[in-house]
Amino acid sequence: MKHETKTHGAARAVAPKPALRRFHQARWDEPIIFELSVAGQRGVLPPEPEAAIVETAGDVFDNLPASLKRKTAPELPEMSQLHVLRHYLRLSQENLGVDLNVDVGQGTCTMKYSPKVNDQLARSHKLSELHPLQPLESAQGILEVMYKLEGMLKEISGMERVTLQPGAGSAAIYANISMIRAYHEARGEGAQRNEVITTAFSHPSNGAAAKVAGYKIITLPPDADGYPDFDALKAAVSKRTAALLITNPEDTGIFNPRIEEFVRLVHSVGGLCSYDQANANGILGITRARDAGFDVCHFNLHKTFSTPHACGGPAAGACGVTKEIAPFLPTPTVEFDGAKYYLDYNRPQSIGKIRPWYGVAPNLLKAYAWIMSLGADGLREAAEIAVLNNNYLLHQVLKIRGVSAPYAQGKRRIEQVRYSWEQLASDTGVHSEEIGWRAADFGTHYWLSHHPFVVPEPMTLEPTESYSREDLDEYARILNHIAEEAYSNPEIVHTAPHNSAIHRIDQESFDDPEAWAVTWRAYKRKYKK
Amino acid sequence: MHRIGLIVNPLAGIGGRVGLKGSDGIETQRRALELGATPRSPHRATLSLLAIAEPDSPLEVFTAPREMGETSASEAGFVPRIVGEIHSGATTSADTQRIAREMTSLGVDMLLFAGGDGTARDVCASVPEGFPCLGIPAGVKIHSAVYAVNPRHAGELTQLFLAGKARLRESEVLDLDEDAYREGRVSARLYGTLHVPYRPLMLQNQKTASPASESRQMEAIAANVIEHMQADVAYILAPGTTTRAIAQALNLEKTLVGVDVICNGKLILQDATHAQLLDLVSRIPARIIVTPIGGQGFLFGRGNQQIGPEVIHKVGRENIIVVSASSKLNALRLQPLLVDTGDETIDELLAGYFPVITGYNEQMMCKVSV
Repeated sequence: MKHETKTHGAARAVAPKPALRRFHQARWDEPIIFELSVAGQRGVLPPEPEAAIVETAGDVFDNLPASLKRKTAPELPEMSQLHVLRHYLRLSQENLGVDLNVDVGQGTCTMKYSPKVNDQLARSHKLSELHPLQPLESAQGILEVMYKLEGMLKEISGMERVTLQPGAGSAAIYANISMIRAYHEARGEGAQRNEVITTAFSHPSNGAAAKVAGYKIITLPPDADGYPDFDALKAAVSKRTAALLITNPEDTGIFNPRIEEFVRLVHSVGGLCSYDQANANGILGITRARDAGFDVCHFNLHKTFSTPHACGGPAAGACGVTKEIAPFLPTPTVEFDGAKYYLDYNRPQSIGKIRPWYGVAPNLLKAYAWIMSLGADGLREAAEIAVLNNNYLLHQVLKIRGVSAPYAQGKRRIEQVRYSWEQLASDTGVHSEEIGWRAADFGTHYWLSHHPFVVPEPMTLEPTESYSREDLDEYARILNHIAEEAYSNPEIVHTAPHNSAIHRIDQESFDDPEAWAVTWRAYKRKYKK
Repeated sequence: MHRIGLIVNPLAGIGGRVGLKGSDGIETQRRALELGATPRSPHRATLSLLAIAEPDSPLEVFTAPREMGETSASEAGFVPRIVGEIHSGATTSADTQRIAREMTSLGVDMLLFAGGDGTARDVCASVPEGFPCLGIPAGVKIHSAVYAVNPRHAGELTQLFLAGKARLRESEVLDLDEDAYREGRVSARLYGTLHVPYRPLMLQNQKTASPASESRQMEAIAANVIEHMQADVAYILAPGTTTRAIAQALNLEKTLVGVDVICNGKLILQDATHAQLLDLVSRIPARIIVTPIGGQGFLFGRGNQQIGPEVIHKVGRENIIVVSASSKLNALRLQPLLVDTGDETIDELLAGYFPVITGYNEQMMCKVSV
């Protein structure tokens, strides 16, 4: 809608005044639900069963095996239903998130719109009441979805087989490195190949998952332009190299155009190459892992394929592999014999299971629905708009005082950018983290970078294809406003946020396992003595 | 009643405003004053004291006379107790050292000092090991990790520390060779460590790691190195906290800024000279364990000149083990490490890539440039 004003008698359309959204989180600090418990309170009191029912069914607890019966009742909160509803509604008002604000600040997380209709599909009783142990002839629908989703991901990655079993991205990387190890072991080189190479700007889960699998991790630095240093790779590869685990584009949003050379070099010493495509949002339908020579790859369905990410629901990973690696896939695989879908457990070289059952079925259904609703052309269009949005936002953000986009000067980025507030911090003493806190006063936030920081005073933004130009302008206006504050009134940024439920928490305890209490039981043990 | 000590180096930073790249040496200071420089450190110290807005309990300030602290404390509204004597207008680093020693013996809870790397060195040379200190940044060059981000943060950190809400962490005191710096050559060396209160975001050169995770990282590096140690091989440990952690993991006491040698789990040389090292490596097989010196990232030739080119040549490139906390490499933006051994042939030999041990079974490929 256009806002019109009269200027010297002539009607002229002017842009709306760039006012920032006024925002305030809930003022309360909602207690933990256990702290609200009142002994004896009940949510629902079901009526006593009628005599005829008791007579027919008996005491249902008598039918439970003794091993399943608790000796004491669980210490669950005792609350009325109304109090439970209020509790969660209040909690939700202490939140920020994609359904509330312009969430482009959660860079690398691909906070895109996840169509609500897909949630409805996943909540349908047809899926929610399925049990993984029910006879397969009665679960043909979900097996068909898995089989066809595998087919689509094979096409998208160029790989020969796909497993949908991993529960998330790191589990998918772990599955990939486990298959790579099984491949080398099958060739008698398992013990010799004990090194995994990754890069400083690849997602750190690559190094972390490989380390959990027992590998020595060698990280390649960026060269002066921000690309992974090819000469460092030359110095790192040897007969000990098991694999290269690499992201492309990396977390800087820079695409490595020499990726095929990287792959060829690692192959030349007998290593394998694993493409971290957790976030494939900018390259969907444009480049394929197999075409670049990779042996394995993985997708995070909760990023690129629009099944909600970041505490928005369970994750789901998918690994794609060449036919050479396929024998080592986790069991079972989903197969089709021309008449019915079935699970194949007879895979003697398999690495076994990465998690129970066959994958996170609701997310697999959502990913299937998202791909089917867009079609092949739609996937490519999503990627193209994500890249356009990112480069538009880059252009807007670079107009702001004190911010820069280190590396690859003058080059376009793919789907995200790791910015630096180094200049602003040096001019004003205001740190990037404080700017992110101040952003909360305008109903948004941003994420800095994986630790430890390589880009100083980092900020990572990823607009995806889901946000309108107005959304991106609003976000850039917020950053611009805070940067101006940093130069004119740094105190207001130093002391931010001012409009949140809780302003600051003690970060010192983050690194201290003795201070952690991730369950109520641990909290009671450590803090309620 | 809490007691803090305050020492202001009134000449810190005066070179910077008039483009002299530092303020060390009487000649430079005189030149700076001639060029119209005005001291800024007293005012910055005042700002820090003002930021200790509401101390939990009454605060007593011990400080040096006149421009070395008294002026700043009075301007911040304190009635300070004066320690020591100075010649106003002609203060030197000896004043800082002497007064710092006096203050620690008077039982102050912590020592605040306003200055730059040179001031930190003076304090480092004077206070007992582990004594709580904190720098108010006022110098031209600050490479030491013992300074707060700005004067206000210094005050806030002090208040938090006195209230028992900030832990201490050991932080490196580095300084440049200013003669070389003015000639356009950059060279830093490690002079020691100070224990400074720590809160995220409030220390300059702040590292993302907390004291706890940083010390665990050093333990992990040490475990990795020790696991591969061989019998009857001499391990030459270059200066630094990371190399010292290796000795500590073996229950050995390493000198921080000296070069020590370990063999078969025992210290066989402490604070070794070049001649001693050369003699040693011509007798038994040896490895050099070295860590880049912060700031500029020199691997050899700064602060570890005892390990001269002849020693490096004898030991061989393949027997050099490079260790570093990843935060240090990241502070250098993962850009090439530098060498300047004094022998161009050896510098050329060292050029290229080293796998730097950054954790247990973790390495970063780092380029070495000449």
